[in-house]
Amino acid sequence: MSIIPKPVGLFFHKMASPPHFYRFTGRLIPWLSWIFLILVVVGLYGGLVLAPADYQQGDSFRIIYIHVPSAWMSLFVYVVMAVAGGIGLVWRIKLAEIVAISSASVGAAFTFIALVTGSLWGKPMWGTWWVWDARLTSELILLFLYLGVIGLYGAIDDKRTASRAVAILALVGVVNIPIIHYSVEWWNTLHQGPTVSKMDKPSIHISMLWPMLVMAVAFKLYYVIAMLQRARTELVIRERNSQWVKTLLESI
Amino acid sequence: MKPARKQRLYLIGLIVIGVGLAATFALQAFNDNLMYFFSTTDVVAGKAPKDRLFRLGGMVVDGSVKRPGDGILVQFKLTDYEKDVTVEYSGILPDLFREGQGIVAKGKLNNKGVFVAEEVLAKHDENYMPPEVADSLKPKS
Repeated sequence: MSIIPKPVGLFFHKMASPPHFYRFTGRLIPWLSWIFLILVVVGLYGGLVLAPADYQQGDSFRIIYIHVPSAWMSLFVYVVMAVAGGIGLVWRIKLAEIVAISSASVGAAFTFIALVTGSLWGKPMWGTWWVWDARLTSELILLFLYLGVIGLYGAIDDKRTASRAVAILALVGVVNIPIIHYSVEWWNTLHQGPTVSKMDKPSIHISMLWPMLVMAVAFKLYYVIAMLQRARTELVIRERNSQWVKTLLESI
Repeated sequence: MKPARKQRLYLIGLIVIGVGLAATFALQAFNDNLMYFFSTTDVVAGKAPKDRLFRLGGMVVDGSVKRPGDGILVQFKLTDYEKDVTVEYSGILPDLFREGQGIVAKGKLNNKGVFVAEEVLAKHDENYMPPEVADSLKPKS
């Protein structure tokens, strides 16, 4: 582990301790919430007011300021969940297990939002609510994977066993992530190809692009905030018999 | 790293690689079924099914949209910049339907080689820009 600088290693080591994690995130969340709020206001104002209408789609294109960041997050959160689950499996770190399961419902919400906003936009633009092309279908499978993770976790009483089962399911589902990402390049789809991640330069005008990037950062912060809140609750429930939780409860 | 942990790490690696390989083979095998539409070249080459519905995708050829008669019947050519296919459709076209725009149509070939569409969907591309920028990009005529 010599490649990781010592202060960073020490930070993660400390964070793996439940009481320290609880105290640290309790101080962190208000700060993150303020930054999130500012970014969301700036991003929405930029996207809905400042950005010009699209030459083809008019004002309807503005749904991308919700749709695209949600879709990105649906993939990102899944990878975080699978990696945290994997760390939990190998090193049996309780906090990694908790981060994994706390990510699941946030990720499921992002996936749902991406599917619904896409569908609402698809009706006027494509002429249909839904098609079974590779992109839409693989994203729907992602939603089912998230729901599977949540359901499996709830079905097993012993939460440490549940976390292991969930981590394996999450790791198996990782195969879907590159499929979703590349679906529009590997196959003919009704969904458009990539706009922003194109290698040369994004095919979106800069005046339309910046609010989307601001929204992407805002959504990422939202994920961190929501995930940490859930993780704190889960932690207190799991550790309810430990001394630090008892002290915590007495101090309220 | 402790041997037990190392073993679990390898096991996880094997699961991910194994599932990845299985998915790759499965997707390769069903590659044609995962295509949402046939290109016009496929259709001209006779790769598209003759007797059942399929989807055809391509760009609407500039200046090819005609409305023979006074009804809602519309006729246009689709292209993938190699081969053209003539399409007939009677119905309401989506907002984004216009010449030079990509569309996906579902229907059948008739015996004259014309694609009779039952449904027409617009396929927008990945370009987003304000109208002024789009105007400035158009070739000056």
